[in-house]
Amino acid sequence: MTTGGATAADTEAAPPTASGATGVAPSPVGRHSATGTKATRVIGVLALIGVPLLLLLGLVTSPEDVEMGDSVRIMYVHVPSAWLAYLAFAVTALGSVCYLWPRTRSLAWDRFAGASAEIGVLFTGLALATGMLWGRPTWGVYWTWDARLTTTALLFLLFLGYLAIRRLPAAPEVRAKRAAIAGLIAFVDVPIVHLSVEWWRSLHQGATVARRDLNAELDGTMLFTLFLGLIVFTLIYVWLLLHRSRQLWLEDQQLDTSLDAAIAERRRESGLPPAAAPSTTGAAT
Amino acid sequence: MLRSLRLVAAKDLRIEYRSRVATNQVLPFALLVLVLFAFALDPDSGTLQRATPGLFWLAVLFALVFTVQRSFALETADGARDLLRLSALEPAGIFLGKAAALMAELLLLELGLGVGIVLLYDVPTRAGGLALVVATVLAATCGLATVGTLYGGLAAGLRVRDTLLPLLLLPVVAPVLIGANRAFEAALGIGGRATSEGWPWVGLLTVFALVYTALGLVVFGPLLEES
Repeated sequence: MTTGGATAADTEAAPPTASGATGVAPSPVGRHSATGTKATRVIGVLALIGVPLLLLLGLVTSPEDVEMGDSVRIMYVHVPSAWLAYLAFAVTALGSVCYLWPRTRSLAWDRFAGASAEIGVLFTGLALATGMLWGRPTWGVYWTWDARLTTTALLFLLFLGYLAIRRLPAAPEVRAKRAAIAGLIAFVDVPIVHLSVEWWRSLHQGATVARRDLNAELDGTMLFTLFLGLIVFTLIYVWLLLHRSRQLWLEDQQLDTSLDAAIAERRRESGLPPAAAPSTTGAAT
Repeated sequence: MLRSLRLVAAKDLRIEYRSRVATNQVLPFALLVLVLFAFALDPDSGTLQRATPGLFWLAVLFALVFTVQRSFALETADGARDLLRLSALEPAGIFLGKAAALMAELLLLELGLGVGIVLLYDVPTRAGGLALVVATVLAATCGLATVGTLYGGLAAGLRVRDTLLPLLLLPVVAPVLIGANRAFEAALGIGGRATSEGWPWVGLLTVFALVYTALGLVVFGPLLEES
């Protein structure tokens, strides 16, 4: 995956050699026109096996909780979602740092950061939604201003802003730098937010109800199901991350090649030879 | 770096002094917000007094968004940003200079707002909390100014910056809102708080300011390079 990304960055830096003389169907896209590889297929199949297994264990095999009853089963989706959210944002921060660091600067890192943030926002939303569904029967309210909940909600909003920055039309390098800085600003904020919210809430009330959700002693099957959930969700994350970042790369390539193709088309119309000019004009833009 | 800081800060403050946007538009807006809060929360039931610190800092946050937008609108117009890069000033100095100018403007604004809430909201002031109030204002404003400068630089020149900046800036400064609020509550003795309860929050605000100053010193150079 890293090598593929590195070649992507290289070709963007110097497209003429790779895109060949015609400029219409250049080799880099042709070589990677699908986003799947052997590795992603293995991961995908494992995830596909894992999901029904998780459903079976979570909904049928595992016992219901003494206190919470059937609503405990939401945990098998909720906890892995929350874990993925934090994992994804950590990867985004890592990608941002690696992009900003001159020695490791490569658009591959930017695409990883972007893809990871998208998945992270999705799973943060999922974690919040499932948490609310669980909170209603357990605590009697959908939302409580608990430290962990508040931090997660702010995290969701912070990274929505990050994605908004990514969606602005700009050249890939400009967008990457902007996004990397925004990602860092947001990520650095997370521990401070958590600390402040924790202090804030502890002033008002003692131990919060949320502390109870996982520290209760777990039955063996329940623990195993939770563990399986973490693994399955992580597999899904890796699969999504690889596919999405490759797709983002293809999108960038598409921008280059469609321009080249359009120029070649114009040249053909006006009777000029389809010279090596297209790729150089493409690079100039 | 200190020279760059001084030059950039002096330039921004001189522009503000001459245009008087901060005093003629942003400060009246912030005071207007105070009056609107009084309409929204019943001033007779005591809700307004209890909520005073939060309302103060919310008004500051709204004003912050405008001030940051203003500060970077100056740099985008007429390609001033490119000239700034050509001027051989250090990026770190530019960052600190803009943050310092922003902080000075915000402090002036907070002074006006402070007088406003004391006069309008009838808040219980006490002399013992004065040091805490000053420390909180300084630490919180420093944090707001540095984050504001970072995101202002990031959003400068974008066509959607008016809508983008609040979305980016306000969630990040949430810890400042929480911390400054609690410290003010302690300083004013709202809810029977002791003044000593406020000092840990000043520590948190200081950490926030330091973290974003450090981040700004590192990333503002790459940010300015971008075309």
